[in-house]
Amino acid sequence: MTMIQNISIRLSVNGIQHELAVPPRRLLVDLLRHDIGLTGTHVGCEHGVCGTCTVLVDGESARSCLMLAVQADGAEILTVEGLAQADRLHPLQEAFREAQGLQCGFCTPGMLLISYELLQHNPAPTDDEIREAISANLCRCTGYQGIIEAVQLAATRQAVAAVH
Amino acid sequence: MKPPNFEYLAPRTLDEAVAALAQHGGRAKVLAGGQSLIPLLNFRLAQPDLLVDINHLTQLDYVREWDAGLALGSLTRQHVVESSPIIRVRCPVLAEACHLIGHLPIRHRGTLGGNLAHADPASELPALMLALDAELDLTSQGGRRTLPAERFFTGPLQTAIQPGELLTEVRIPGLLPRTGGAFVEVTRRSGDYALVGVAAIITLNELGRCQRARVALCGVGPTPMRAQDAEQVLLSEVVSGNVLAEAAQRSADATEPSSDVHASAAFRRKLTRYTARQAIELAAQRATGA
Repeated sequence: MTMIQNISIRLSVNGIQHELAVPPRRLLVDLLRHDIGLTGTHVGCEHGVCGTCTVLVDGESARSCLMLAVQADGAEILTVEGLAQADRLHPLQEAFREAQGLQCGFCTPGMLLISYELLQHNPAPTDDEIREAISANLCRCTGYQGIIEAVQLAATRQAVAAVH
Repeated sequence: MKPPNFEYLAPRTLDEAVAALAQHGGRAKVLAGGQSLIPLLNFRLAQPDLLVDINHLTQLDYVREWDAGLALGSLTRQHVVESSPIIRVRCPVLAEACHLIGHLPIRHRGTLGGNLAHADPASELPALMLALDAELDLTSQGGRRTLPAERFFTGPLQTAIQPGELLTEVRIPGLLPRTGGAFVEVTRRSGDYALVGVAAIITLNELGRCQRARVALCGVGPTPMRAQDAEQVLLSEVVSGNVLAEAAQRSADATEPSSDVHASAAFRRKLTRYTARQAIELAAQRATGA
C-alpha cells in the first residue's frame, strides 16, 4: 500500500490559530482532542446520532465526527472550551449548573453548543423550539427537562442583561 | 471506529473533479456533506482508495429560477434548501421535506446532491423528486447527460450514476396553477429515517376536481416508488371521502415493505395507508388555496 501523505491545514479553534499536518482520515473531533488537546468535545457514537461531538464550524453547528479534519482547513471552530471567558463560566454553563441541566456530563458539550447556536438565532425560544434544537443530541441520564429549563434560564438572563 | 486510510483530493474546478473520477473510476467516492459517507467510513462499510471532496466546487452551490421551476446545484446544503425564500414560494413542499432530514447540524453540512446520490430508500428527497418529476444532470469528462428521477434510483443505495460521473444539478419543473404539495412521514423519533413517508402533489381543475396527481413513497420498498394506482383513482375526482380512502389503500398496496427492528412489514403497510391519506388530503387542501 502506498504511503498516504499528511496534509497541511490551518484553522482557528476558539480564536487561536493552529497549523498542523494531518492524515486525510483524521476526523475533526480527533484533531481537536488528540492533536490540539481540547478534550472537552466528546466522542460518542461516531456516526452522527448522539450529537455530543457538536461544535460550531464558521458559526454553524456540525458533528465533528462527521467531518474530516482536512475539511476544516481555513475554518473557525468553536468548542465548549471557547464558551467561558477567563475564569467566568458562560451564562449558559452557569444556567446548566443551576438548573441541573447535566448529570454525568457526557452530552453537555454538545448540548451547550447546540443551545448556544439556538440562542444566537432565537434569543427567546419557546420550550418547543428548545426541544426541536436539542433533539439533535442525546442525553441518557439527566433527562431533557433540566436542560430545557437551563436554556430558558439563560435566555431570560440574557434578555434581562440586554435591558440593563 | 475511525475511517480507513484513503487518498484525498479537493479539486477546485469541476474539470479537475471529473478528471479525478474518470481516472480512479469505482475506486473513488465523492465526498459532499459527508453526513452519510463518513458514517459508512467510520463503520468501514465503505473503503474507497480515494475521496474526491467537492466542497470547494462552489459553482455547484446555487438555487436558481428555471422557467417557472427551480434549478438547484447538487452542493446546495439542505439547510439552505429548507430556508430558501424562492423555494418557499415556488416549491414549498421541497422546504417541508428537507426540514424532516436529520437535525439542523446534519442539514448544515448535508447536501441535496449527496442525499440523492446516497439513495437511501427511507430518505425523503428521493421520493419527493419522483413526485415532482425532477430531472438530474450527471457530468463526466465525456459531457453531461440528463435523467428523469424515475430512472435515477435503481436499488437500495444504488443509482444510475456511473463511475466517473458526478451529480451536478437537479431541476424541478414549475408547478401548475392550483397545485398543492405535501410531505408527511412517520418516524419513531424526530429526525430519524422515516418508517414511511409520502409525497403528494395534487393539481385541481377550475371545478375543484383532481387534474393531475403524483404520489410517491419512501421507506416501504427497495427504492422510492410512485403509487400510480393511487394517482389514477384520484383523476377527475373530488379529493375526499371514498376517493381519498381508495387512493390511500392503493398507496398501501403499492408498497413492498420489509420487517426490521423498527417496524413489521404489516405495520409499515398500515402506516402507509394513514400517511398517504394525510399527505393527499393536505396537498389537495393546499391546492385549493394555490
